[in-house]
Amino acid sequence: MTLRDAAPSTPLSGQRGSGSSWLYDPTIRGIVFQVLLVVGLALFGWWVVHNTIVNLRAANIASGFDFLSTRAGYDIAQKPIDYTIDDTHGRAFLVGLLNTLVVAAIGVVLATVLGFLVGIARLSPNWLLAKVASVYVETFRNIPLLLQLLFWYKAVLSVLPGPRQGLALPMGSNLSNRGLIIPRPVIGEGFELVVGAVAVALAAAFGLSRWARARQMATGQSFPSGLAGLALVVLLPTFAYVLAGMPITLEYPELKGFNFAGGLVLKPEFMALLLGLTIYTASFIAEVVRAGVLAVSHGQTEAAYALGLRPSRTLRLVIVPQAMRVIIPPLTSQYLNLTKNSSLAVAVGYPDLVAVFAGSTLNITGRAVEVIFITMSVYLVISLLTAAFMNWFNARVALIER
Amino acid sequence: MTDVASPGPDARSAIYVRGTFVPPSPPPGSTVGPFGWAHKNLFSSPFNIAATILTALFLAWVVPPLLDWLIFDAVWTGENREACLPVDGREVGACWAWVQAKFGQILYGRYPLDQRWRVDLTALLFVAGLVPLAIPKVPYKRENTILMLTAFPVAAFILLYGGFGLPVVETALWGGLLVTLVVAVTGIVASLPLGILLALGRRSKLPIVKTVSVIFIEFWRGVPLITVLFMASVMLPLFLPSGVNFDKLLRALIGVALFSAAYMAETVRGGLQAIPKGQYEAAAAMGLGYWQSMRLVILPQALKIVIPGIVNSFISLFKDTSLVLIIGLFDVLGIIQLNFSDANWSAPTVPATGFVFAAIVFWIFCFGMSRYSQYMERRLETGHRR
Repeated sequence: MTLRDAAPSTPLSGQRGSGSSWLYDPTIRGIVFQVLLVVGLALFGWWVVHNTIVNLRAANIASGFDFLSTRAGYDIAQKPIDYTIDDTHGRAFLVGLLNTLVVAAIGVVLATVLGFLVGIARLSPNWLLAKVASVYVETFRNIPLLLQLLFWYKAVLSVLPGPRQGLALPMGSNLSNRGLIIPRPVIGEGFELVVGAVAVALAAAFGLSRWARARQMATGQSFPSGLAGLALVVLLPTFAYVLAGMPITLEYPELKGFNFAGGLVLKPEFMALLLGLTIYTASFIAEVVRAGVLAVSHGQTEAAYALGLRPSRTLRLVIVPQAMRVIIPPLTSQYLNLTKNSSLAVAVGYPDLVAVFAGSTLNITGRAVEVIFITMSVYLVISLLTAAFMNWFNARVALIER
Repeated sequence: MTDVASPGPDARSAIYVRGTFVPPSPPPGSTVGPFGWAHKNLFSSPFNIAATILTALFLAWVVPPLLDWLIFDAVWTGENREACLPVDGREVGACWAWVQAKFGQILYGRYPLDQRWRVDLTALLFVAGLVPLAIPKVPYKRENTILMLTAFPVAAFILLYGGFGLPVVETALWGGLLVTLVVAVTGIVASLPLGILLALGRRSKLPIVKTVSVIFIEFWRGVPLITVLFMASVMLPLFLPSGVNFDKLLRALIGVALFSAAYMAETVRGGLQAIPKGQYEAAAAMGLGYWQSMRLVILPQALKIVIPGIVNSFISLFKDTSLVLIIGLFDVLGIIQLNFSDANWSAPTVPATGFVFAAIVFWIFCFGMSRYSQYMERRLETGHRR
């Protein structure tokens, strides 16, 4: 029995005429097959749901999402928003989600910087630099992330000496087994002025670049809008900062007894996760960048030189835009991987979504189905949003071919 | 005038014309040999010189301590923790003696000592089946593949688990490299047929089939493996009729197989898309039905193209197997971590040694496979791609 349902082109088989039975009609076959599929899936789904209900009833586990508004009863080590042991599971979920987003956002930025540096270094004409970059990529790409996380956490950061013997860094920072302690910026009065200045400067720089482009289109005269914009963005907020009476002060950590007081503490769990995610993902991003740059054919460079563009402009106007078109889709999928991989936080004890919600909350409430469902949905939503953005972006930058 | 046209020893009319060729002079010293190479690759411009110096400084900062730790200060032999303790201010690097003491566990986990030959035999069978498959020149690929996909899993199951006269070894005792390889190989073998079906489904013209495939693929690709494993270990028992008790390893295997099937489907889809439309049309023109044209024309070509992709998914799956330690299985990493708590061997450098050793094990496997995938990619470059 063959199914002629999805054959790319079987116009003949559809017109076998009255002699053939409807058994061979691809349309009817397709419908029958799909109905069977739907029925099968529905039966399977019903079977699973039925079993789950029976099992839950047998184990005396209540179901429903009401647990989200009950008291959580456990504390979380890192809280970007206020949270106490008396808050609800819903609030704990929010804390976990924010922790995931925080580590993912910082990781994405750091991994991009490191990845671009390494990727470009790998293409460098300097043999030594290129080799070091290759060794970096080939080493960290081929070691499981979980292993790297555990290594940083258990073999490096946890065996550091205590705060009193910790590694003293500039500006009162200190690296010890309690984590990295850095000065904390304290925002004083008048800071709104600086924020406003930044906004104004950005808007002005944007307007300037548009004006410069329009003028160049019209008259052919160029204007160093990039440099002028940079000056605007740097100088205007600095001016505002001085004018407002320097509203940002640094709170330096001080050693009091056996630990530090004040300052911003980056816990070892957070550092290990960030370090692992950054180093691992950067090795993939480096390969993405390298592939992207290599994908721009050498003829493009030569053509740009033939037009009289200087090397820096060739890079900026010809190579980078074309390379970015190749780089950005796989780069986004690396960002997505980093976000999903941040769920390994549970192994080093960083309170991310999985550790807090699918860990503590699940163990306390026992609502496995609901908790896992919510956790998976969160990651799924993040993935789908990113995918939607990517499709939009791809459609925007896609080459319009003849 | 004719002399000019034919210069030679007897061209007497122009004695200033050389009779013999000048021997070629050697190229300038700055372009050949190690010096020339260094000039070209390391010191060609001020920027290049700066990069060389900075990189060399970086290496001088990183490499000597690393070598000291790994080799020169490392402890190679010893009976217990005494060997690896930093007494009297002695610098102690890696504690390789610990690895030596725990090597059996790292390979087999807690598999009974007198039964370990069964694991060895399975590994031998696996290698004997895989090597001829991996070398392109060896014939009987089809027969070998069928054998590896049917007879080998059965034999491996009987050998590893027991039955037919062999005593049963519970999977709770399995561990180390054994579990890593079992999870990875089962995951990839189980995901291949499912992945092919899903890829075909995603390219199908039947709307419901296509939707179901897309939802399945995007769901598994959108969630982290760790939540999948949590789901497999916590929720799978709930989904089944009460009384059906699932082995923990089997639960993890089901989760891993479903997860990697989605990735496999996308890899295979890439191959299907790379086949020119003419092939589909030609198959239809020959009067082949859908399944016939897929089986005889499209899939053989598509799967050949995606061999590197399959190897790459295997590499990521192999790395991901380390996650099973979070749900309480002891793969290489898990068994190494478990052994940190051995009081006989508690020494400060043992954790780092264990992780570095695990890293070396994973690295050798993954790097080897990635090289193989690159080799296949070069071999298969037959101009089929569009």
